[in-house]
Amino acid sequence: MKVIELAAKLGLKVMGGQDGLNKEVKAGYTSDLLSDVMGNVEAGSIWVTLQTHKNVMAVASLKDLSAIVIVNNYAPDQDLINQSEEEGIPVLVTSDKAFEISAKIYNLIK
Amino acid sequence: MMEFSFEINGGDFSNAGMISSLVKKTLKQLNIDGMIIRRTVVALYEAEVNIVAHAYSGVVNVNIFPDKIKIKLTDKGTGIADIDLAMQQGYSTASPAVREMGFGAGMGLPNIKNNTDELNLESTVGVGTMLEFTNFFEPK
Repeated sequence: MKVIELAAKLGLKVMGGQDGLNKEVKAGYTSDLLSDVMGNVEAGSIWVTLQTHKNVMAVASLKDLSAIVIVNNYAPDQDLINQSEEEGIPVLVTSDKAFEISAKIYNLIK
Repeated sequence: MMEFSFEINGGDFSNAGMISSLVKKTLKQLNIDGMIIRRTVVALYEAEVNIVAHAYSGVVNVNIFPDKIKIKLTDKGTGIADIDLAMQQGYSTASPAVREMGFGAGMGLPNIKNNTDELNLESTVGVGTMLEFTNFFEPK
């Protein structure tokens, strides 16, 4: 499923990285520890986290992730949004908690 | 052979990953296998963050050979008292502020080890740390 379809179905707010909305979501990963994501995420995953700083995009870009979902309606930092535009990796925001949105995403892509 | 050299400032989290990103682009242009690129940049990113989180300053030397990439990071900083302990998953001396950002989970050095073919780590307490690793472009 493409990021854009997932965003539409789950009502995710697109905060940046529109150029990457056609990326394919192959898997998902939920974690707030950057090194955990670095070590364990699969390429092509959508990443669910509460982290809102710019380093999130470094991890997403280096691991070839398809999108980032920020939970609890937390606002991404402006430099994260800027970096997301540059990398073409969408940053999406949901009011859901991590557990809920992860379950919804899982059901859509399993 | 290609050679690059960069400097890193301790505490500068906003630029952490810039060197990794540049190395990734370069290896992509050289048509290196995606898995090997990811392994290399995971190790390099963790090493960059280690300098930002624990040292005052550092220098990164990247050497790309036809068959391998060799990266050496040398920092001025607190150093590592017990390298075996630092290599253990979950052990960290990172500050609470660094942990809040999602770093400092004690996974950096283990990630570096898991993503490199050869690894050499030397440190002197109060002076600094030298980390050097090599990844081969073809599986050995």
